[in-house]
Amino acid sequence: MTRHRAFGVGLQVSAFVAAVAVLALLPHWLSDFRASEVSYVGIYFVAILGLNILTGYTGQISLGHGAFMAIGGYTTAILVGHHAVRDLWTIPLAGLVAGAAGLLFGLPALRLSGLYLALATFAIAVALPPVLKKFDHFTGGSQGIQLFGDPDYTGKGFENVHVAGQTLTFNNWLYYLAWTIAVVLFALAWALLGGRLGRTFRAIRDSEVAATSSGVNLPLYKTLAFGVSAFYAGVAGSLFAIASTYVNPETFPIVLSLYLLIGAVVAGLGSLWGVAAGALFIQYLPSLAGHVSKSAGAPSVAYGVLLILVVLVLPFGAGGLLQRIGRPLTNSIFRKS
Amino acid sequence: MPLLRLEGVEARYGATRALHGISLDVGDGEIVAVLGANGAGKTTTLRAISGTVRRGGEILFAGATLNHTGPEAVARLGIAHVPEGRGTFAELTVRENLRLGAYTRRGRLPQRDYDRMLELFPWMAKRERQQAGTLSGGEQQMLALARALMQQPRLLLLDEPSLGLAPTIVGEIFRIVRRLNEEEGLSVLLVEQNAVIALETAARAYVLEVGRIALTGTSEELRRDESVRRSYLGY
Amino acid sequence: MAQFLQQVVSGLASGGIYASLAVAIVLIYRSTRVINFAQGEMGMFMTFVALWLIDGGWPYWAAFFATLAMAFVGGVLLERIVIRPIESAPPVTVVIVTVGLLIALNGAAFWIWGGETRSFPSAFSTRPIRIGGVAFSIQDFGIIGVSLVAVFLLYLFFRFTKAGLALRAAALNPEASRLVGVRVGWMLALGWGFASVLGALSGMMVAPLVFLDPNMMRGVLLYALAAAILGGLDSPLGAVIGGLALGVGLNLISTYVDFVGDTLKLPVAFAVILGVLLVRPAGLLGRTTLRRA
Repeated sequence: MTRHRAFGVGLQVSAFVAAVAVLALLPHWLSDFRASEVSYVGIYFVAILGLNILTGYTGQISLGHGAFMAIGGYTTAILVGHHAVRDLWTIPLAGLVAGAAGLLFGLPALRLSGLYLALATFAIAVALPPVLKKFDHFTGGSQGIQLFGDPDYTGKGFENVHVAGQTLTFNNWLYYLAWTIAVVLFALAWALLGGRLGRTFRAIRDSEVAATSSGVNLPLYKTLAFGVSAFYAGVAGSLFAIASTYVNPETFPIVLSLYLLIGAVVAGLGSLWGVAAGALFIQYLPSLAGHVSKSAGAPSVAYGVLLILVVLVLPFGAGGLLQRIGRPLTNSIFRKS
Repeated sequence: MPLLRLEGVEARYGATRALHGISLDVGDGEIVAVLGANGAGKTTTLRAISGTVRRGGEILFAGATLNHTGPEAVARLGIAHVPEGRGTFAELTVRENLRLGAYTRRGRLPQRDYDRMLELFPWMAKRERQQAGTLSGGEQQMLALARALMQQPRLLLLDEPSLGLAPTIVGEIFRIVRRLNEEEGLSVLLVEQNAVIALETAARAYVLEVGRIALTGTSEELRRDESVRRSYLGY
Repeated sequence: MAQFLQQVVSGLASGGIYASLAVAIVLIYRSTRVINFAQGEMGMFMTFVALWLIDGGWPYWAAFFATLAMAFVGGVLLERIVIRPIESAPPVTVVIVTVGLLIALNGAAFWIWGGETRSFPSAFSTRPIRIGGVAFSIQDFGIIGVSLVAVFLLYLFFRFTKAGLALRAAALNPEASRLVGVRVGWMLALGWGFASVLGALSGMMVAPLVFLDPNMMRGVLLYALAAAILGGLDSPLGAVIGGLALGVGLNLISTYVDFVGDTLKLPVAFAVILGVLLVRPAGLLGRTTLRRA
């Protein structure tokens, strides 16, 4: 590894460590409510990470990632709400169930590309809520599922959680849960994608024909990408269910899938570092838009217009911007040293 | 004052320069040929005139400057370009292809011109409703030519009409081109790899090499030129 | 038997609505190789505009045609302003832009008119009419009629007018079209204009049946996409046949298959989409040589 690259990696590692440190200490300065908001940022972070692996790295468009979140979310909800399983254990399980669904969908998806794949995933996201409503024996139908039983315990004011000798408010606990998982999964993604796997994925995105002729087993990798990406979404969905303590078919609507895509685009498709920007964007745009107009529709207009603008002006999103700033920066620093 | 004049015309595909400042003329009522090997820039020259490639330099046509004009406007000014690969609309019928040729003409389909095409290319009469893509190569080339003629152009740009066609068909096409030039004064700028037939048809020619004009003269002069004979005429 | 016929007719009416939107989708796909995910929302938005006119005192048909005219202009402008910059961009980009449009229009409708459901007047009487002893809804026949007339008029335009030919040419071979003097950009914009008109038509036909609210066209869009895929994305005739078939098929399945009922119609549409794409991607009437989607 050249000194320049080593420097680049070193920079990334330091940034990572710094970010983790900030995340660990942040709740001390945040109100309880804000902590809850930032936990949702963490949840979106995980979901967008997953979507980015699929769309950014292997170029398979998904307009239906909300559906994988729904699968994960409902898995957790059913286990916790109907079978009193401890919520933490359900998270990896939810991820695996969603991941399996992703692998299953990845197989027929192999035959679809570009627009057709977008169409099929869009259709999944629109068609899933009715299915959830129909099989009400499992899913509680339109009534949904309360995870923690008694409605008195939803939202803020949930009793404090005791963990590792510390007592945390529900929101703080949620914050640490979400962000610990987010950091771990980010590191995992970084490790997986930094090496050969990432290069293989990107080769597939750039040209499937070229990748195949260099010996890449296309079906294996593309399906794998779907599975991993769905796993991430499932974990995010599971966290979402725990955070909201309630799910019903409307919890994961088609717009969620679309917002995830927006988040991935703002992050910069194929960039891991920009994902935080994407997650922040999804979480906070509604409140920012709320300053302009109290109406329910304003945030959507802002989302839509901004999405189009980002695509037209900043096609590589926040990640691209970071790269464009970062590279000359490391160049100049490196030259000095 | 020539009908078409190019002065110092350059053209580029992305970062690659294909033409390095060429100058040529086509007089009113002339047939002029552009010869050269593959990649010499012949097709690019025609594209520069019709505005389908990025170009610089002076291009004058019948008193108007075409330096920054796009293809739609160039067509309206009276230049018909039969491109490489013919540019026929494969999914449309023969009749529809011809109708499109007359697009820039005001009003309804000029029946008289349509009939003239059927007279020049009698085989089209029975095949009006046939899809253009199902025609043979030679028929498609003739259709492309007919479509260009429907425009009633003052200048015809022909790009490698002989490509992939049998000699008899090639002869037929060039005969028609010569006839139109003699009877109606149609000016033609002809790009050809087949130098023999090009020099038989055209009065003058230019030889392009790697994006520059290497040689020019009357057809007679070029036929006698040593280097032309060796490189392009094969003897 | 009576019920069967009634379901067929009302299925044809729904099918007419799906077919109109499906033809719009096909129109845009054929000319710009884009699946416009915002087609439904565009129609929904124009339907709100129509209601605004009607509430303002305009007679129904005046508002109807004025809305269609505005939809046309809107479609043209949209193509010129939003789609043209990304003409040669990869599919991901284009999908994202139409998704952005979807979200923006949905939000704009909420913002301007609020989220409550409203009733929308029907162009046709809701009285029943008896034919051969069976009661049918005049409204259903009206919808079928309007949809078919609209699509037929469009067909006439494409087949017999100079502009229609130029539009077809521009969609098939933009390079050659330019050489012939066709302003390809404006032709594509024209295509978007017509598609927008069909979308508005679809919206105004469905609104009396399901009541108007910003999410009204969500399901219709999915059914229209299924119809377009079923018929073949580059075949307008296929879209019509697909739409009518889907409308009737879904109606019959939901009536006679208890398990599906009304609730699982959307998943059935999804199954149709997935099934067609996997078994015969070109659909019933599409060209079998598929370009890179």
